Parts: sequence; C-alpha cells; structure tokens
Amino acid sequence: MQDLLLLGDEAIAQGAIDAGISGVYAYPGTPSTEITEYIQASKEAKDRGIKSMWSANEKTAMETAIGMSYAGKKSLVCMKHVGLNVAADAFVNSAITGANGGLVVLSADDPSMHSSQNEQDSRFYGKFSMIPVMEPSNQQEAYDMTRYAFELSEKFEIPVLLRITTRLAHSRSGVKRVSPLEQNELKLPSNLRQFVLLPSIARKQYNALLEKQNAIEEDGVSSGYNKYIDGENKSLGIVACGLAYNYLIENFEGGKIPYPVLKVSQYPVPKTMLQKLYDSVDELLILEEGYPIIEELIRGYLNLGKKVSGRMDGTVPRAGELNPNIIAQALGMEIAEGFEASSNVKPRPPRLCDGCGHWDAFGALNEALKPYSGGRVLSDIGCYTLSALPPLQSINSCVDMGASITMAIGASEAGLIPAVAAIGDSTFTHSGMTGLLDAVNRKANIVVLINDNSTTGMTGGQDSSALGKVEDICRGVGVEEDHIKIVKPLRRHFDENVEIISKELEYEGVSVVIARRECIQTLARRMKQKHAEKSTTSV
Amino acid sequence: MKKDIILAGVGGQGILTIATIIGTAALSEGLYLKQAEVHGMSQRGGDVQSHMRLSSEVIASDLIPEGKADMIISVEPMESLRYVNMLNNKDGWLITSMNPFDNISDYPNLEEILNDIWKLPHYVTIDADKVAKEQGSVKAANIVVLGAASPYMNIKYESLENAIRTVFKRKGEDIIKLNLKALKAGRDYAEKNT
Repeated sequence: MQDLLLLGDEAIAQGAIDAGISGVYAYPGTPSTEITEYIQASKEAKDRGIKSMWSANEKTAMETAIGMSYAGKKSLVCMKHVGLNVAADAFVNSAITGANGGLVVLSADDPSMHSSQNEQDSRFYGKFSMIPVMEPSNQQEAYDMTRYAFELSEKFEIPVLLRITTRLAHSRSGVKRVSPLEQNELKLPSNLRQFVLLPSIARKQYNALLEKQNAIEEDGVSSGYNKYIDGENKSLGIVACGLAYNYLIENFEGGKIPYPVLKVSQYPVPKTMLQKLYDSVDELLILEEGYPIIEELIRGYLNLGKKVSGRMDGTVPRAGELNPNIIAQALGMEIAEGFEASSNVKPRPPRLCDGCGHWDAFGALNEALKPYSGGRVLSDIGCYTLSALPPLQSINSCVDMGASITMAIGASEAGLIPAVAAIGDSTFTHSGMTGLLDAVNRKANIVVLINDNSTTGMTGGQDSSALGKVEDICRGVGVEEDHIKIVKPLRRHFDENVEIISKELEYEGVSVVIARRECIQTLARRMKQKHAEKSTTSV
Repeated sequence: MKKDIILAGVGGQGILTIATIIGTAALSEGLYLKQAEVHGMSQRGGDVQSHMRLSSEVIASDLIPEGKADMIISVEPMESLRYVNMLNNKDGWLITSMNPFDNISDYPNLEEILNDIWKLPHYVTIDADKVAKEQGSVKAANIVVLGAASPYMNIKYESLENAIRTVFKRKGEDIIKLNLKALKAGRDYAEKNT
C-alpha cells in the first residue's frame, strides 16, 4: 500500500481506521487533537460510517467508548494527558469491567509543558490500573502499534493505553499502511453482568484482572515491541523507552551502539528482559521521556543494587523533554556547538489574536473591577487564559478545566466579594455546568463571565458542545432570568458592557454574563470557505 | 545526503507551507524525511519553529541536535537569530527575510539584529516583502525566502517547482504562477548577492 507522510497523531488515526474501529471519542487537547480531526476529515472513515463527533469532555468520551466496547465494536478514545485525569474514574474501572470489543485509550503527554499545566506521565495510569501500555518511538510504530493495541485488547479482553508525547504527536514522517480490517459485528458480552460492578461481581472481575497480568507481561516479550539489542561493551546497559530510543541512536554513527540496549515500547516491561540486561552489565542508564518510572522500578527505593543513573540522580534533567544532546551528555559524549546566542533576541510569548473578542470582554471586566482591590478573577483553560499576561493582566487562576466557577464559589464563601469566574463556552460544557449548579444551590455571590466564541479556540477551532445552548443551560440549572446577561464584546459597546458587569458585581447572588462573539479565526475560515464555494459555483 | 533545516518565524507567517513544499520535493527525490512542528498555544502570535530533516539514510531523531543544523530558514529576522545555537558553526547557512514582525513591546533595533546576522560566515538577508510585492503579492514572501534558500539545499530546483504546483493545486493556476515567480525571484536574489 502507498507510503503516507503523516504526523504521529495522524499515523495513530490511520492505524485505528485500518484496525476496524467503529468510533473515535475525544475532547480536543494539544497534542492529541489531530487524531480525531484526521478521522473526521477522512473520506474512508466517512464511507465506513465511523462515528467521530467531539464529546463534551474526556470522561463522556471514555464512557461512550466503553459502551461501544460493551456492544462488541472497536473504539478509540483520545485525550491529552490531563484529560486522562478527567476520564480517570471510567478509565480505572474499565480495567475491572474488561473490554468486549477492542478498546484503546490514547493519551498524549506534554513534557516541557508546551501547551499544558503539568507534565504528568500517563504510563503511571497504566500501572495504577493494571492496563497494558504501548509507547511507539516513531510514526511507523505509531501506526503499527495502534493496530496491535486493538489486537491486544481483544486478546486479553482489556482496554489498552497508547501513550505518546508531543514530539511524536507533531512530527511527520513516512508511514506504510497494511490492508484495513473489517469492523466488528454487534455482539454483547457472553456474560451480561460483566460490566455490572456491584461489589460481588467487581471482586470476581478484579481477580480475573490480576490473573491476566502474567500473560500480559509475557506478551511484552513475544510481541517484538520490546527489543534486547546486544552490545560488546558491558560496562553500561541502557534502557531506552519510547522516543528516547531515537535520541539515543542519533548519537551513534549508523545507529550502532556499543552497549547492550533494551528498547522498551510495551508495558509492563517483562522482568526477564530487564533481568537479562541487569545481569550482563556493570551499571545502567535509564532514558525515559517523562517521569523516571522504570528507573525507580530498577533502582528500588533503597537503591541497594548496581549503579542506576537517569533522571533521579541528575544524569538526565529531572524535568522537561529529552533531546539528542541531553542523552549525549548523559553518556559523557562531546556535543557540537553552534553559534553564540544573540542578546538581541527577545521572548515572543503567545498572545490573543488582534480583533479577538476576549480583548473587549476582559477590557470591560477590568474597567468594571476598578473600584475593587485586585485578585478577584478566577479563570480557566482556553485562549482567554492568555489574558493573564500584559497588557490585560485580568485573571488570577488557571488550574483545571471548569475550576473557575467552583474556585469563585470557594473564594466568595471565604469572604472575597465580589468574586468573578471567567470561563469559555467549550470549557463551560466540559466541566463548568456542574459547578454552576453548585453555585445556584449554595446561592453563591459570584459573577460568571462566559466568553462565548462559539468554538474550542485554543486547540484550533473545533466544534463546541455549547453551541447555541449556553443561556438555556444557565436557565436550566436555575440561574435567575434577570441575571443572565448577553453582551457583545466589541469596542463600541464598551461603556454599556462595563455598566452591565458593574451592576452584576453589585448583585448578591449568581449572575452570568455571556460575552458572545465568534472566534475571528473560525470566522475567517468560514468566510474563506464561503468565498471558495461561491467562486466554484459561478464557474 | 543529509540536510537538517530549522524553519523559523511567528505563528501564522507560513513556515508550515515552506515545510510542506520542501517535504513534497524531498519525497519526490526519494529522500527520508522527518519534520517536527509546533502546534497549540504557541501558534497564537508566538515564536514558532519546525525541525526539518532530510536524508538519504533512515533518520532517527525528530529533533536536530544542537550545533548540527545545516541551515536556518526564517521569515522574520529576530526569529532567525533565536536558533543560531542550533546552527553548524563551520558551514551552516542562515537565510532570512529582513522584514520584522513587531508584536512585542521590546522589539530590538532592526539594524542591530541585521548586524548580528551579518557577522555569521554564511547568510542571505532579503527584503522578502518587497520582492514578493514586485511579483504580485506580499503573501508570497515566505516562498521568496524559500527561493533564497534553494541554492544551498541539495534539492533540485525543478523538484521545488513541482512541489509548489502540487501544494497550491487546489488554489488555482494564478496562485501557482505567483508562487513560482516568487520562488524564482528569491533564488535570483540569493545567487546575485552571496
């Protein structure tokens, strides 16, 4: 089949289509977004009837996929690493229910926090849940392993976690496809109580999960995705996980490494393979893109065995992503030097687009808050988080999806009045609605500013689950009609908007101000498309 | 053959289009290719870069090691300097547009930036906006820069031309013509001025 030039994300998407999925379930999150977008744009996926609409959040995505697995079909769930926290309840329990149709969960980690709040390592979730983990090191493996992950999932009747990091997600290379598999037929589990996690059933299921573990570990030997590559120089043995393997071989001409290497791409790492390496060498170097998980395992808490270096002893920096130079340094190799940095290079942080409605919404909010002391705006995750930076400097928190409203409740109950929550439309339906219900039930004294740009902006303008529903949801959870205000964030409405926000700041109770103006990026894209359609029809 | 290229600019300036054209040309010559891009938050008016690796051998790392880039191609002068630590200090080339993109409060003096660039052993600095305008549209400035880099890339000029035809196919014949002219104008400038 043809060679495709694909991002790591796209290779996973194509791999999943070719593995015979019937649905992909996801909430956008960098660096995982392009997987679902690829499937949404794929003609093949459309012809095969693959479901690919965005979910409201990662938890609903995960649960929908478990439902599809229950019904016997294969499904993929995609999220960024912190999304797995949102989906964790469903994810951890899916190990206990087990899978009927193949179920693969893709989590894209973001070491160095290019677009994230932390650099947590999803492999921990695999270990914690006793779910096998696959970690491809290149685009071809991303394709191949996605297909294999479905096979593994159906073989052991368990969900499989596919873990990638930013560099693989957003790097392009050639990928060879193999012939696509058919989708599964609708087929319920033979035991119709398999997914009923009543304690009596859950105990049985949990025992079954424990019993599978040895066989799952053995699969890590037979699958071929963990490789022991011998080397003549036994003074050092290297464990290279996922992407770290590429950076390692980059440092050796022709990729020939003098030391024995264990290339790890499937977890749990087979003990026999680790033992073989440990016994043949004097000391070990562990290279992991993420937390020192394998390193800690080999080192042991008391560190009584052979010398083990890696992130924990500072041989490799404890934080941040790897690169070829870091590994060269860890090996004591010489590093090429470029030119000296110029003092004329200034930081260029990301900023809100010119003409974006958030400028006007936060401009008005800043003005309305002038009579009060600072530090009153609890905010959330989205483009508008950039309003923390100069010149706006409007917001005082960004913790997790939906935390703005609930944090504002807590701050107001501590006496910070007025307290403001600033959230986007997509984040609101992701995790803000339940917090708003709390606010109404507690008669919290807060103002919620919903910046409704009618899209999921930060990740590139995906459909928002909130589209056309924001004020109905607010009414539905019980916000008083008189305190649901809709404003248009434009410079010419500045005075009017300041007045509306000021009045709501004075109101003792829950107010919602919806600042609604379409994202200028999606607007520009829509206009371009319209123009293109016009010019083709006129020909 | 091995060419490691850093593409630099500000989000929205079209460095990914340059990357796609080089990638398409490289594939047509049967080369291996890896190209790491920046997506997400930084795209909003921040600095963006792409690591583009071409080779006749299999490529291991998605990232270029420090000090080993053969070339920096930048559509913005200050951004070109951001990555000089990546550039091979013997025979690395820096090719950049001279047109600043000033969206920060402390953007340095352009003359000082250019002086830093002109200290390097191998460079091309081009007024890409002007050259692109002369060819029909300032929007083709990124392709002018690509043209200025083309003599040093070890990729056949015809392959780049064909890649432009492929990449801009959906946009119609006029856009293809404009970009081919922009590519040529950039190349002519580099050949005359280095």
